[in-house]
Order: sequence, then structure tokens, then C-alpha cells
Amino acid sequence: MSEPILSARDVVVKFSLRGQILTAIRGASLDLYEGKTLAIVGESGSGKSVFTKTFLGMLDANGWVDSGSIMFEGMDLAKLKTEREWLKIRGKKIAMIFQDPMTALNPLRTVGMQIQEVLELHQGLKGEEAKARTIEILGQVGISDPAMRYHQYPHEFSGGMRQRVVIAIAVACNPRILICDEPTTALDVTIQAQILELIRGLQKKLGLTIIYITHDLGVVANVADDVAVMYAGDIIEYGTAEEIFYNAQHPYTWALLSSLPQLGIKGQPLYSIRGTPPNLFNEIKGDAFAPRNPRALKIDFVKRPPYFQVSPTHYARTWLLDPRAPKVEPPATIKAMRAKYARDAI
Amino acid sequence: MIADTREVLVEVKNLRVEFKGKGKKPFVAVKNVTFDIYKGETFGLVGETGSGKTTIGRAIIRINPVAEGEIRFKGQRISGIIPKELDREVTRKIQMIFQDPMASLNERAKVDYIVSEGLYNTRNYKDEKDRQAKVEKALLEVGLLPEFASRFPHEFSGGQRQRIGIARALIMEPEFIICDEPISSLDVSIRAQVLNLMSSLQKEKSLTYMFISHDLSVVRFIADRIAVIHKGEIVELAETEELFRNPLHPYTRALLSAIPVPDPRVEREKKVLVYDPRVHDYSVHKPKWTEIRPGHFVLGNEAELSQYEKLLAS
Repeated sequence: MSEPILSARDVVVKFSLRGQILTAIRGASLDLYEGKTLAIVGESGSGKSVFTKTFLGMLDANGWVDSGSIMFEGMDLAKLKTEREWLKIRGKKIAMIFQDPMTALNPLRTVGMQIQEVLELHQGLKGEEAKARTIEILGQVGISDPAMRYHQYPHEFSGGMRQRVVIAIAVACNPRILICDEPTTALDVTIQAQILELIRGLQKKLGLTIIYITHDLGVVANVADDVAVMYAGDIIEYGTAEEIFYNAQHPYTWALLSSLPQLGIKGQPLYSIRGTPPNLFNEIKGDAFAPRNPRALKIDFVKRPPYFQVSPTHYARTWLLDPRAPKVEPPATIKAMRAKYARDAI
Repeated sequence: MIADTREVLVEVKNLRVEFKGKGKKPFVAVKNVTFDIYKGETFGLVGETGSGKTTIGRAIIRINPVAEGEIRFKGQRISGIIPKELDREVTRKIQMIFQDPMASLNERAKVDYIVSEGLYNTRNYKDEKDRQAKVEKALLEVGLLPEFASRFPHEFSGGQRQRIGIARALIMEPEFIICDEPISSLDVSIRAQVLNLMSSLQKEKSLTYMFISHDLSVVRFIADRIAVIHKGEIVELAETEELFRNPLHPYTRALLSAIPVPDPRVEREKKVLVYDPRVHDYSVHKPKWTEIRPGHFVLGNEAELSQYEKLLAS
């Protein structure tokens, strides 16, 4: 495999809240490969947004990268301090699309100005030249009659169109990495399909590397080459989309997949995970998922599992993969899925 | 036909809901909507933002006034002007669960008050002790502890808050619950918990649900029948599996094709259909709401209906 474009190692992120220290990211590592799409899945509070925000220096003022490194173009992003240093990266090399297109745009300025601003700031374009380029970008993200739309305000755009504008702002500077934080959660399914298609097209055209942050496994299946599953501030399983969907190894990934209504059988209760995610103010001992895992091993409560390699591209943080571990059968839904996919493959 | 033997709980006939602006032409949010909901079933209502699905729910519960048509509950008309006792009965028998458990609970009130507000309003309790017993029972039924009654909403997680929302509806001992996107704002693992809770409560108390959602994959799991609504009109209505097997209306087909499936191989192969309302030529022949197969309704004019017939036959 080629060299990773971005490589995060043992990143620890802490927040100080009301005098207490919260560890939001507990030593997460990640490699991102050029031209690929990585999806980070997890529930709210699992740290998927916080983790990617460290790539952009966008943590809230009370948060900081405590240890670990994030290597990008020979630089360690975890060491960047000043806003001036970050401006060379953020928006220019690594850009981000946010969840809610209603709040991401400035309602008082025309759509054209908001895109042009980025071009003027990062690429030094001016006047007519910047305007022409802005209109070109608007056309590129699928907005019809861009010359007229240039002068309009966000409220004159529908939700899907606004998300297109947000995407236009993000890709205006030809970034190398595009981080999409739940880009379609606020949109209808038919619009969602169009936006995913647009992002895919732009990826091909501009050679983007994309990180999707989402909790929707349907979207993951649609877009991802690779998938990272996060739980309680840690990446607990990583693999190609096929490996995660068809051959998941971590009990949390099993639970996540089994609780999908799409895979449920009507009239029977859905598989559901007991309890709630751990409180990150407390120190977590062992496997963070153990208290909610009905089949947890004794060692899960004592020692944090290392990564076990399943294939060159697939690894998981669970003691179940240790050669000494007893054989634990995955839940019925997962077995049924594996069988079904095995049949489909033939 | 099975449908005939079942008892109809809610009837909606030619419903039209309008919103009036100042001096402008009224905005028609819902038009020509007709459907029945049978006792004990889960009726799914699916549509996109602004399609009028919530408006229908709110019209049934008498929040939005009805411009035309009527709504019947257990055979009695409940739309328009009705006697006070009936109004009170409707308030008690029909309850609603809302989408966002963060916004739908009063931040300044304790759970005890939130859950018993309906009781206070309808004076549906004997004495203070009776009220407390009812609150305790409702909380236990949704899987919360009775001591939670003295806490405030902000002390709970999203899933727990939605349980409080359900407890608030249950305490009224309703027969019919309108669930307006009850799980859309919850996490995947919590969704399953709430869905399971809702199905087990339905079995225990023989409740009837109207499940409003934009997420067809969830509705497929929970609903017995599904109505698809587009721009204020229901375009298709059928039993769940029938709808997924034989979608007829182009809008239904587009909606079904757009659902993301949690399976990479299927997802990469799939073709998303785009619905273009211009495919309908209604200039001469107006569309009619027709039962094309027993229990399978679709909106279309004569030419389209014969085309749908062919699709069904093939």
C-alpha cells in the first residue's frame, strides 16, 4: 500500500470542564490514504467529531491535544499552536463540511461573497477574476444558473442547495483532504442521495481524500472504502467496508450492526445494546465496551486490549482475537448476515 | 379480504388543511387525504420535509384546524366544532410523542410534573396519592425508575428523555398514539431500545400507532401498512411488504431507491431513481385515488392506472 497522506498516532485529547478533566480521545490512531474515502462511525459522544477537529485545529478553547502526533506533509499538526500556522492548513489543505447547512452559512451575505472570500483569502484572487472563478465553482457543485445565484442570499436556497454551497466553499481552494461531518443528516433521503453523488463526483475530478463522519451505516456502505468504528474516544475496529460489514470482529461493531432496523425481523424485538456509553470524566479500565457487553470476558474489565490484526487492512481492539480467548459466537443477526453475504458472493 | 373484518379506529376523509397568511392566498399543506387506521395496527406515514405528514398528525389531534373533509375517531366526528366532553375524551384517548426529546420537555419542570401534566389538565386522578401512583407506574412501564420523578430533564440522556415523552403519553391511558419521528434524533443503539419498548407497549396495551417518519427503513420494520405522502397528497398506500415488493407510483419508487442499505455490495450497485413530477400529465384526465389491488391504493389517472395494472401483472 502507498504512503498515508495523513497519519495520526496515539492521539489523546482532553477537555477541561467545570474544573474536571474529560478525556475525549483516548489514544486513537488512524492512517488516511490518498484518494480514498474513510468513514468514521460511532454514536454521539464517541469522539468522532472531536478527533477529526484535531486535524484542523478546531478544538474548542477548553480542549487540547495532550499527546500523540498527527503527521501531514511532513509536519506534526499536533504541535501547531498559533492561528497563523493553522491558516496554512485549515481551509487550504484540509477543509470541512458541516452537518447543518442552515447554520453553516452567513445569512447576511450573498452566497457568492461567501465563496469568493475563501478564494481571496487563500489564493489571492481579486475582483473579476475571483468572481469568475466563484461562478465556475457554483456550476461545478451542480447549481443551475450560477451567475444569477451568485447574487442571492442563503435563505433563497433550499436545504440541499445550501449544502451544495457549503461544499463549494470547502472545495474552492482545492484541498487535499475533505472532512464531511454528517453532511446529509439534516437532508431528505432523495436529496441525500444527490449530495453523496456530488461529493463522489468531486472526489474523482479533484482527486480528494475524504473523511466521512456519520452514524448512518447505510451512508457508510454507500461511500466508504475504509471504515473506522469509534467507541468512547477510541477506534475499536478498522477495516475495509466489506471487512467491517461482512466480517466484523469487535462485539461493539456486532451490536451496532445488529441494532439496525433494516436487518431486524418484523414482529421480533431488535437487538439492543444495554445501558449507555461510559462517562469520559472517569478513567476507563479495560475494554470500554465491557460493561455493556453481555458476553464480556474477565480480562475485558482489567486490561485494555491491544490491536489484533485480522488481515493486512483489518484490525480490532478486542481480547476475543487473542489466541488464548475462548470462542465467543457473534449474535444470530451477525451470523445470518455473514451467511447471507457468503451466499451473495457466489 | 382481511381488511373488512378489522375495526376501524380512525377515519380520515378528503382532508384538507390550509394555512392562511396575511391577505395572501392560503397555503394548502394537505389536500384530498383519505385513509383508515385499524385498531391495533401501526400505520406508517412517510414523506419528506414539508410534505405535510406532521400536519396530518396535528389535524387528527385537533391542533391544526381542518379546512375541508372530516376526521372520525371510533365512528364519531372529531374535526371542526365538537362538544366539550368529546374534546376532552379526544385529548385523553389520542396522545402524541414528539421528535426531539431535547426540545419537547419543559427544561424547568421536574419529570414528575412533565409526566402528570396531562392528568392535571383533564383532572384525571382521584387524589395526590393516586396521581403519584400513576406517575410511578408510567415511569416503570417505560423502563425508568420511579425516583427519576424528582429530577430535571437535563439530567437524562436522549433515549431516557424519549422514554419520559412516552411515559407522558401513556399516563393518559390512550388508545391511539401519534408518533412524530420518535427516534429520528436518537443514536442507532438507543433507537433499537425505543423501538422495542414501543412494540412491547403496543402488544401489552393493544395500542394503535400512527408512525410518522421520513426514514422508510425504520417504518418498514415497525409499520403494518404504509402511506407515502408527497407535497400534501398521499400518492400510495399499501401493506408494508406489498409496498416494498410492488411500488407503483414513481415517487414511491424514487423514495425506495434512495434508502441507504447497510450493505456495501448492494449499495455500490444500486441506481437511484429521481422523481420528476412532470411525468404526470394531468391536464385532461385528473388523477383519482384508486384501490388497484385489495388494500393497495395509488393516485393516478386512467392511463397511469392501466400502466400500473400491467406492472402488477408482470
